[in-house]
Amino acid sequence: MAAYRCSLCARLLLLLILLLYALVHSEEIKQGNIHHVRGVNKPQTPAETVERPLEERQCEATEVNEAVSSDAAAHLQDYPGPDSVLTSTPQLKDDFREELVIRPLHSGDIYASFQFRTVWETDFTRGSKVSHYRLFPKSLGQVISKFSVRELHISFTQGYWRTMQWGQPYLPSPPGAELWVWFQDTVTDVDATWKELTNVLSGIFCASLNFIDSTNTVQPSASFKPLGTANGTDHRFLRYATLPREIVCTENLTPWKKLLPCGSKAGLAVLLKSEKLFHSSFHSQAVHIRPVCQDWHCKTTSLELRQTLNVVFDLHTSGQGKREWSLFKMFSRTLTESCPLASSSKIYIDTTDNPQEEQFELSPATPLLSQAVVLGDRRTFSVYDLTQQVTFGTVRSLNVLIRWKSTEGDMLRPLLHAERYVAGYGLQTGEIHTLIYNNHPFRSFPVLLLDSVPWYLRLYVHTLTVTSKGKDNKPSYIHYQPSKDRIRPHLLEMLLQLPPHSVTEVTVQFERALLKWTEYTPDPNHGFYVGSSVISALVPSTVAMSTNITQEQPLFSTFFPCKEESNYFMRVYTEPLLVNLPTPDFSMPYNVICLTCTVVAVGYGSLYNLLTRSFQIEEPNPGLAKRIANVIRKMRGVPPL
Amino acid sequence: MGLLSDPNRRRALISMLTRLNTPICVLCYFAGVCWFMGLAFEPFTLRTYMSENAMGSTMVEERFPSGERALATGREFAAHKKKAGGMPVDWLVKTMQARGLEVFTQSFSRTLPFPDENKERYIVKGTNVYGILRAPRAPRTEALVISAPCSPGDQNNQAVGLLLGLAHYFRSQIFWAKDIIFLVNEHDLIGMQAWLESYHHTNTTGMDWSPLQGRGGSIQAALSLELSSDVITSLDIVLEGLNGQLPNLDLANLFYAFCQKIGVICTIQGRLQRNDWDSVLGYSHAVQTMMLMVMKQASGRPWGDHGLFLRYHIEAASIKGINSFRQYKTDLTTVGRLLEGMFRKLNNLLERLHQSYFFYLMPSLSNFVSIGYYMPAFGLLVVILLLRALDLWVLIANPPAITADGVADLEQQSSTGVLSVLTPLVISHLTGAALYILPTHFQEIAVEHFPVSETEAVVLTAIAVYTAGLALPHNTHRLLTGEGTEQGWRVLKLVAVLYLAVLLGCTALINFSLGFILALTLVPVAAFVTPHVPKALSAVVLVILSPACTLLFSVFFFQELQEMPVSFQEGWLLYLSVISQGILDHYLYGSLVYPLVALMIYPCWLLFWNILFWK
Repeated sequence: MAAYRCSLCARLLLLLILLLYALVHSEEIKQGNIHHVRGVNKPQTPAETVERPLEERQCEATEVNEAVSSDAAAHLQDYPGPDSVLTSTPQLKDDFREELVIRPLHSGDIYASFQFRTVWETDFTRGSKVSHYRLFPKSLGQVISKFSVRELHISFTQGYWRTMQWGQPYLPSPPGAELWVWFQDTVTDVDATWKELTNVLSGIFCASLNFIDSTNTVQPSASFKPLGTANGTDHRFLRYATLPREIVCTENLTPWKKLLPCGSKAGLAVLLKSEKLFHSSFHSQAVHIRPVCQDWHCKTTSLELRQTLNVVFDLHTSGQGKREWSLFKMFSRTLTESCPLASSSKIYIDTTDNPQEEQFELSPATPLLSQAVVLGDRRTFSVYDLTQQVTFGTVRSLNVLIRWKSTEGDMLRPLLHAERYVAGYGLQTGEIHTLIYNNHPFRSFPVLLLDSVPWYLRLYVHTLTVTSKGKDNKPSYIHYQPSKDRIRPHLLEMLLQLPPHSVTEVTVQFERALLKWTEYTPDPNHGFYVGSSVISALVPSTVAMSTNITQEQPLFSTFFPCKEESNYFMRVYTEPLLVNLPTPDFSMPYNVICLTCTVVAVGYGSLYNLLTRSFQIEEPNPGLAKRIANVIRKMRGVPPL
Repeated sequence: MGLLSDPNRRRALISMLTRLNTPICVLCYFAGVCWFMGLAFEPFTLRTYMSENAMGSTMVEERFPSGERALATGREFAAHKKKAGGMPVDWLVKTMQARGLEVFTQSFSRTLPFPDENKERYIVKGTNVYGILRAPRAPRTEALVISAPCSPGDQNNQAVGLLLGLAHYFRSQIFWAKDIIFLVNEHDLIGMQAWLESYHHTNTTGMDWSPLQGRGGSIQAALSLELSSDVITSLDIVLEGLNGQLPNLDLANLFYAFCQKIGVICTIQGRLQRNDWDSVLGYSHAVQTMMLMVMKQASGRPWGDHGLFLRYHIEAASIKGINSFRQYKTDLTTVGRLLEGMFRKLNNLLERLHQSYFFYLMPSLSNFVSIGYYMPAFGLLVVILLLRALDLWVLIANPPAITADGVADLEQQSSTGVLSVLTPLVISHLTGAALYILPTHFQEIAVEHFPVSETEAVVLTAIAVYTAGLALPHNTHRLLTGEGTEQGWRVLKLVAVLYLAVLLGCTALINFSLGFILALTLVPVAAFVTPHVPKALSAVVLVILSPACTLLFSVFFFQELQEMPVSFQEGWLLYLSVISQGILDHYLYGSLVYPLVALMIYPCWLLFWNILFWK
């Protein structure tokens, strides 16, 4: 009882102190107990308020010139302050930020990328039970703690990213479903945990992730390194699997939206209406969970959940001849408010190629500009801050409109891109060709190629050739794990040096296996899928990239850690392959049974007959006279004739 | 089963078969021919039906509106073609890009083994242009192809116009699940071959092509378009491809179904369907249509640009617009709607076309003869060879007249038997190899020494080698020691008959028509030839029934069927050009008819020729 009273006193004291604290710093409010009121109780630390004018400088509403933006960029580099949100004092707080990046593409299409980030200052690794959830979705939190997941990356993609037309995506993903997980090194039976995890995730995301088994799971040795803070990179704790056939639709979108703190009720998520999202050229949604540093010293880690959704809308199928895009046209909704739980809610429009508005016209014009280094390139963005009432204007709704002025551009020449196809004809053998293009005029760079091929394509590894510019290109590192029939797939990882301005061709021949008749899919003549190759590369960048990932930057620019100054990390996925296997005619079993029975009956029966019958020489039939004579002789007791 | 174990009954059966061998053979032959002719009789055939569920019940609405615009594009294309003096590559690239496609070009070059006089080409250089419509939210695993050749002169401009019109219309639709490749190929089949080889990265014919930059995954189906007039009266579908391969019957069904739905007159082999199957005229019409298909299939050449797709297990057909003097005309909008409908149904496919037949003959578009119905006709012909073989086997095992020193004779015969069989076999096959190799390799020498062109040189060398083979029996016998014996020719004939049976059987499995036509002429030869028949008469019959003469008759017969009869002089010239085309088809596209005839059928026929002149 005394102890209870004591703790009560302590709590009261604590409350008193906190109250005082809140009175002093009127804009800072202890989260966790008190609900937010939008626009009033926005947590904002002094550091952030200092930084804001530096980062996004108020420009004249009418003119947006480069001088200002470069000035802003200079300031940005001068003051690389620590991440203000993460360094704020209250313990075990979580933070939610949302943003939408819109990049008008050369082809007239438009690329919209949503990112929602929840950072939770908690640590599952210490084994402490966490039962109180606020912004972080409980369903995922429980999964992470139960299966001792250190990092989890899952993506669902419908369509193939067209690098030649659209450039590089902010977050690449292969067609279908992709899942890769780093487990804690305390996990003893990784395979069993992985199996259980995929089944649970399958339920959470309403996807066929339960089809992930040992025949499509690999452990890449080099291609997939942890993206968060980690000390061990032992690939025994890594599992990677893709399901190239997975079809993504609304039933996957709905559970994904439910993970958001505001759901699809407020904020940017209002725009995520499936009837428009799936009327597009490309759709990809992903969930990334990783541990990140809590502060500059990285003493403690917090858990970061990034939910991303990328979508590309097609000009030709949705425009009535008009070359213009607006939020309403894209999503059939406009924005009226930000998510009240979000500490930041912004829309970025990529205006790098449009400094003088010669490409497209943007309305309403925004006074805010931001610069960020994305994929090795310094980009300029117009920013709409949804937490400011001003953004919504007098009509109290925001409908960003982009009106194209120029006509369609040519195809792009991205620095790195890849394609893959099956060569040959007939149903016995074939050849997988992977072409990797390095379009950099003078620099060569290394890439890691990861190929995971199902066992029913039997790779002939002795036929593996790598050629660039007509010459043999010897990989400096090869990791090959042969397949086992019905147990595990082939895994081929190679470190290749791509010469400048070249095409590197990797070919390997294969033989198509004959499956058992129950192993065929219900639609065997459709073909069998081989997942995308993964190409991870350090691509030379034109802009020296900042090494400080905790610096205040737009979210989409800070995903992959980058160590070398002149390079940036990039991942490229090739298209999946559809390979036909020799397929029996499944109406045949009946015929086969009939035929086999006949053959057995006729062939075997007669042979058996021949082998077992005893042959005797038969007396020729005696004539009638002789028979009568014999009867008489028999009666007489004389031996017959 | 007593038959096998009871020697008496077996003996009885065999003696009956040997005694009645000739009548049974004659009966089988006529039964086979009659069966074949009966195939075209409508009550004996099956009506076509759509087997593929994905294409059957799904409703598709065709809305292609812009036939007139397609025509204008076609005219623009024609103008640019004339200006460029060939394929207007830049214009095509720009036009396709403007329609929102990913556009790529591919250049190729091919030096023909000898000049093609029909198409007047020798060193062929060209460029293919293709645009890919990327299906929204599809991972580039499946594709459909629509192609139109860029032909010289005023041919096929409307086809290219319609292709571009369709590209424009298709681009604005959201429902595509497979990438659609719009291909304009130069130099018809050579361009198509270059594109396909490059797409699948194979090189079967030694063509030079530049690698493709863009692909759409595995191609599920392809349609090739040929249109040379602004309005058409009917559409014709061409199915016969390389080596007699046919696309899945569902593709033809799809075409037929849409022609019925939209109300376009459709034909196969350029012949309308008649409804009066019970009249003589109606029946003969059906027979002629089927015979045309048989002749085309037997030729083993691709009868349209689609023909080369079939090697890659891509179902393909050519659709030709025909403008005759009929009153009722169809405009390009309607043709566009028909193609749109076909593509939308193909787009709905979940699997490759596999439900329906791959082996069939079509006496009309609404009826077909499946493999189960036509194979007995061929079987009846081949069974003759087996009966003759049985007869010979029995004769060899029990020689009819046993002399006093028969045992000694038999031993001697069997020892010479191997040599007497092997020598003609080897020599006739060497002749066949010469027939295959010499024409193309000795064309230069022939051109130097004789006043002929390269093409003529090739054809005439082929005919010369063929004729020289007829002198073979004399040469064979010089190599043989001693006289040929009775037993010797029987063994040789037994081998030859079985060889022919296997050859024809294999050929018919791959290309029924070729197998059947060869069986029709070679089986009688194989059945009756012995050294004891009248030499001169038999020699004439044998030559008439030889493969070369079969080809000659086929040329005349084909012209007759097409209602374009030719005089003997024209026929001969046509015959020469057919031979040169056959050789070219082999070298350019990998057609197997020429090597089959030269290396297999002709040597086999020489064996029978050898038996006739057995001494």
